[in-house]
Amino acid sequence: MTPHAASHHGHDHAAHGEEGGHHVVPIPLYIAVFAALMVLLVLTLVAAYFDLGEWNVVIAVTIAVVKALLIVLFFMHVRWSTALVRVFAGAALFWLTILTIFILQDYLSRTGATLPR
Amino acid sequence: MLHHHFDDLVQQRECNSLAMWAFLATEAMMFGGLFFSYSLYRYLYPGAFHVGSHHLNITLGTLNTFVLLFSSLTMALAVHAAAVENKTRLVVCLGLTWLLGASFLGIKAVEWTADFNEGIMPAVNWHYFDPGNAEAQRELAEYTDKHSQAVTPNQVMMYFVIYFSMTGLHALHMVVGLILVGAMMWLGAQGKFLKGNDQPVEIAGLYWHFIDIIWVFLFPLLYLIAGFHPGGL
Repeated sequence: MTPHAASHHGHDHAAHGEEGGHHVVPIPLYIAVFAALMVLLVLTLVAAYFDLGEWNVVIAVTIAVVKALLIVLFFMHVRWSTALVRVFAGAALFWLTILTIFILQDYLSRTGATLPR
Repeated sequence: MLHHHFDDLVQQRECNSLAMWAFLATEAMMFGGLFFSYSLYRYLYPGAFHVGSHHLNITLGTLNTFVLLFSSLTMALAVHAAAVENKTRLVVCLGLTWLLGASFLGIKAVEWTADFNEGIMPAVNWHYFDPGNAEAQRELAEYTDKHSQAVTPNQVMMYFVIYFSMTGLHALHMVVGLILVGAMMWLGAQGKFLKGNDQPVEIAGLYWHFIDIIWVFLFPLLYLIAGFHPGGL
């Protein structure tokens, strides 16, 4: 074991931050994130209770995106990750955008596309 | 411990995480295809998606969302326990995560059984929307009026094909997650994650949280399309 790894023990890691590229997130922060997720879950249900037409889906997806961001940033530690990890995390989203844009421009430009009725 | 092909622990940890993130990127692409299919067909058949969504159990869906979000918290606490080398707390938190994950699958099984019995499981048991069922015809007619586009049984079937594909693939990932968390529990109980070797737990956690995120999107998109008002939009 290297001296660096040895110094890894017996400390309050959270106070040290980036020791060994290793950030230990304090428990109260996890609890706070969970509480926020619960509030957002209730908010989704409340929003679904009202008939807002097209806005229902916009609100539902927006809340889901916020929930996902909370999970990615705090539970998955991206908030404290290196730039390279963030690039990997963002890559999926980037390619999904390409997929969506290119297929949509095909489908939406052909009105009355031949789909089963 | 530091393996010989890395310069230091920082590099080693980053490299280990990157592998899981790369895998999760491919996973996001796989689910992304399904999410795209969902968007396209919902755009084409808005009425059918409303009719189909009414047949899902919002209470059980909400309960499952809570169960899964809670399991993400216990998983995060397990990662914390591993980092501070608290073996007992690590095993307890992983055990809770496992139980919550198993509960999720149990609740899902209850829902799928109800779907099967109702006759809304395409290719397996599909008869609810057959012409003989007056109630189903009433539902189709109602949404035909609302969307000024004929809602047909085949369109509703498409909703359920997408519903079962997405929740099925998600459940399959849950099964893999349970195996992974179970293995972490077993190894953790043997003290394998002590002495600075806590990262396997963190990486298993990344996978677990990812499955949670998929469900965070599936829940509103599949269950809440028609809201709570029966017969409403």
